[in-house]
Amino acid sequence: MLAAMSIPATTSQGQRPAIHVQGLEKSYKELRVLRGVDLAVARGSIFALLGSNGAGKTTVVKILSTLLRADAGTALVNGFDVATQAAEVRESVSLTGQFAAVDEILSGRENLVLIARLRHLRDPGVIADDLLRRFSLTEAGARRVATYSGGMRRRLDIAMSLIGNPPVIFLDEPTTGLDPEARIEVWQAVRELAEGGTTVLLTTQYLDEAEQLADQIAILHEGRIIVDGTLDELKRLLPPAEVEYVEKQPTLEDVFLTLVGARADKEQR
Amino acid sequence: MNKHFLGDTAVLLGRSLRHISRSPDTIITTAVMPIAFLLLFVYVFGGAIQTGTDSYVNYLLPGILLITIASGISYTAFRLFLDMQGGIFERFQSMPIARPAVLWAHVLTSLVANVISLVVVVLVALAMGFRSGAGVLAWLAVGGILILFTLALTWIAVIPGLSAKSVDGASAFSYPLIFLPFVSSAFVPTDTMPGPVRAFAEHQPVTSIVNAIRDLFTEQPVGADIWTALAWCVGILVVAYVFATVSYRRRIS
Repeated sequence: MLAAMSIPATTSQGQRPAIHVQGLEKSYKELRVLRGVDLAVARGSIFALLGSNGAGKTTVVKILSTLLRADAGTALVNGFDVATQAAEVRESVSLTGQFAAVDEILSGRENLVLIARLRHLRDPGVIADDLLRRFSLTEAGARRVATYSGGMRRRLDIAMSLIGNPPVIFLDEPTTGLDPEARIEVWQAVRELAEGGTTVLLTTQYLDEAEQLADQIAILHEGRIIVDGTLDELKRLLPPAEVEYVEKQPTLEDVFLTLVGARADKEQR
Repeated sequence: MNKHFLGDTAVLLGRSLRHISRSPDTIITTAVMPIAFLLLFVYVFGGAIQTGTDSYVNYLLPGILLITIASGISYTAFRLFLDMQGGIFERFQSMPIARPAVLWAHVLTSLVANVISLVVVVLVALAMGFRSGAGVLAWLAVGGILILFTLALTWIAVIPGLSAKSVDGASAFSYPLIFLPFVSSAFVPTDTMPGPVRAFAEHQPVTSIVNAIRDLFTEQPVGADIWTALAWCVGILVVAYVFATVSYRRRIS
């Protein structure tokens, strides 16, 4: 990595949380998707927002990345208010949406150069080559993205999000639809990001993903955050290990399903 | 206006032009239908059509050029729709770029693509015997009217591109625009049409634009038609631009 790419732009902001959300509400016509969401994400941490399909995870991410306006509540990202300082927020964040936001007709390298130009950076070509190397896409760099596998696309997508080194990155279901190998590649990329000081907020419906990656986990259910804590704190919410013939720790999946109350409806996979 | 507007528009324009250069079929298919009309009307129907001129291809070309534009702009709606569908549109919106640049890049791309299609159609017409003694100024005037017409129709195309629910919906709007020239002076003089049809034909935008271009090509005095033509183009442009901007704001807020 070049030095210019790896300086986290977080130092000046002190210990204030990278993302601070209070009382966020959003309705689509009659449907109340968010009914008062509160959360705080520490700088340089990986925060997982868990929830079933339709729980409102994407809505939270869209509000935080200035694509949607909240009906009520406040949200600060990197110290800037998403409602009144949208331009500053956009300078501070990067969004990797649910569907890989890549240009299929362009090559991988052209995609990266495009974003670097739009972020008004010097030497877009150098930045692109650097990211291609970092995400093991150098050989595929000249090929059109339409020929990429799902995992390669996702990697390119995340690489595009890193351009300009935004201090906060949103990943909306980054591994949905990926095969296990590609998921592990993406996880590795996310870990490296956090090690470099970037704050990552990811949404997922895969519980093991949150378990693998996140420093802090929040569960969004029926428009509210019903629990928020580290994996250990979440596990402590249930009675500890029962002693039967074998000792069985509650997995995060148990915690989630019990809290959401969906165990009975869920079929065994 | 954001200080990066021009730079961002240029970068995004480069992206869209690359799309076109990698799928030149969009320009070919845009030119195919007008060329087919040109062949059909000149070599099949033309002999039986009385226009009062000795060369039907000379008479027909202005209307064919407008059909070319009307079929070309549906690709703008199509490309915009694809951007909205994929995540790339949201990525752009979440970045610190000048937001109008996203639309302007598509509009300017449409202009470039249509100019290429128009040149192709004019070359085919020349091969079929189209001749004009028009001078440089008259050609520039024709070019100016066609560019204005392209911009006006492109801003109309932006609206379904932003609001359509399906690909078909995004491009279907252009069919009426393609057939508007048929009920105008583009193919036959309007004075053979029955009353109400004639009234419509003489007062819709295509007739004045066709007449103005035809007069310029045949070195006739253009008269009031050119002002009516310009007024239509500018009027449509302004109204479409306002509606497109409103639906863009609605889409991104």
